Amino acid sequence: MLEVRGVHTFYGQIEALKGVDISVEEGEIVTLIGSNGAGKTTLLMTICGNPRASRGQVLFEGEDITQVPTHHLVERGIAQSPEGRRIFSRMTVMENLQMGALRTGAAHFDKDLDMVFDLFPRLKERRDQRGGTLSGGEQQMLAIARALMSRPRLLLLDEPSLGLAPMVVRQIFDVIREINRSEGMTVFLVEQNAFHALKLAHRAYVMVNGRITLAGTGAELLANPEIRAAYLEGGH
Amino acid sequence: MLAYFLQQLINGLTLGSIYGLIAIGYTMVYGIIGMINFAHGEIFMIGAFVSVIAFLVLGALDITFIPLALLVVLLAAMVFTAAWGWTVERLAYRPLRGSFRLAPLISAIGMSIALQNFVQISQGARVKPIQPVIQGGVVLFTGDEGFTVVMSYLQIFIIILTVVLMAVFTWIITRTSLGRQQRACEQDRMMAGLVGVNVDRTISLTFVMGAVLAAVAGLMVTLQYGVVDFYIGFLAGMKAFTAAVLGGIGSLPGAMLGGILIGLIEAFWSAYFTIEYKDVAVFGVLVLVLIFRPTGLLGRPEVEKV
Ligand SMILES: Nc1ncnc2c1ncn2[C@@H]1O[C@H](COP(=O)(O)OP(=O)(O)OP(=O)(O)O)[C@@H](O)[C@H]1O
Ligand SMILES: [Mg+2]
Repeated sequence: MLEVRGVHTFYGQIEALKGVDISVEEGEIVTLIGSNGAGKTTLLMTICGNPRASRGQVLFEGEDITQVPTHHLVERGIAQSPEGRRIFSRMTVMENLQMGALRTGAAHFDKDLDMVFDLFPRLKERRDQRGGTLSGGEQQMLAIARALMSRPRLLLLDEPSLGLAPMVVRQIFDVIREINRSEGMTVFLVEQNAFHALKLAHRAYVMVNGRITLAGTGAELLANPEIRAAYLEGGH
Repeated sequence: MLAYFLQQLINGLTLGSIYGLIAIGYTMVYGIIGMINFAHGEIFMIGAFVSVIAFLVLGALDITFIPLALLVVLLAAMVFTAAWGWTVERLAYRPLRGSFRLAPLISAIGMSIALQNFVQISQGARVKPIQPVIQGGVVLFTGDEGFTVVMSYLQIFIIILTVVLMAVFTWIITRTSLGRQQRACEQDRMMAGLVGVNVDRTISLTFVMGAVLAAVAGLMVTLQYGVVDFYIGFLAGMKAFTAAVLGGIGSLPGAMLGGILIGLIEAFWSAYFTIEYKDVAVFGVLVLVLIFRPTGLLGRPEVEKV
């Protein structure tokens, strides 16, 4: 469904991605782990064309989307809950969800709204509250809900657990598992919280310094001593 | 005394409506790109000039049915200002979006000067007069000293049209998808792109919407004073800019409130102090606001919880 082939991305002179290859098949949850500054966010953003890959290709459902303008991707079925959540802080919860549904049309709106309110009942209670006044956990729920409102076939999530209490993290991961199971939604998940992410994912990639250094099933990487030492020990 | 006061109030509100309409253009553009559109005064000037020319053409064609004439003139003014507003964004702002903040301001001022000179050369430097279009008014009442308070039909027209436009714009910004897209670009341009907003197009539209209101203001000034010259954009632009800052730049109700306050200050200062110093009074307000309340009356402080 998603294929990234030999992608290089630069910020000015800095080469943040140095030839990245990954693939995500339909219906999978694939996770990408790696330490700070590895280039994970850059990869998600490059998939969305901002910044653009300077070399290599991004293919989605067989089509080359490397040069497609960012604002067209949501119509093609790619939605992202980005790093830092990026809630529209001076809009209400409801307006944020309407923004998510911008290119979906009014026909599905009520049904989709019920669906995300089922997943995140907290948002329903706070529908008229301004995004900027939500708690961190609620903002993360809203960021995911907003992405879901576009009925994506591929959901990109950038560190949804960052800074959240363990209980909220569990809730968010449950939702990810749930939408993957019941809707068959494909998920590409970037995480620092490697333990949870590897347990959830079908497959995983490890990124170091702009390169993929390791790939395998979630269970394989969980068992890998190097991974344990680098990303798991101490944390959990 | 009361009658005189009321008359100034009416005059001030009328003038304030015009400033407010121009101020909205400043505030909307500032809201979405975080920069002042320094070519906005000239957009207003074009609105006024196109109005004069359109009235002259209609006069020559013997079209005397006033509502039709007003509509045609308004549409003509809007088309030209919209085109110019769009051009300013494309030429002065978009290519320089990633560069240092002063660059687009300089290019916008450059475009303003070029346009002023073009109008001066093509239309002549002397003022252009037209015959009064809307005449007469209603006498509201006569005060003790025999002073009558008059509200001209033109003033009624200006105030009603302003209220209607304000209502429409407030509705667009707060309730429609276009308004949400504009606010999204204002708050987080990158995220707006991710949810599918065409950011470039939305910014262009914002310039055009501001320009269209400036066209209405241009028409109003033409009707009110009956004369225009190539230089009116500068002073009116500066005053409307003051209004936008006073109300809180970036805030739509703020722009309107600021416009009305500036109009009132100007009217009352002229009536009770010295007419020569009315502009000084207005810009004195700008200085005071910048010193004591840089966020304006309805503006929000820069720091906020994200
Ligand atoms: N806008 C930018 N301009 C310049 N350099 C950048 C920019 N964004 C990221 N970088 C650099 O690119 C590299 C990769 O950053 P990226 O944000 O993709 O890392 P990450 O894996 O998401 O890290 P984290 O886990 O901390 O979020 C880093 O060295 C970072 O400093
Ligand atoms: Mg990151």
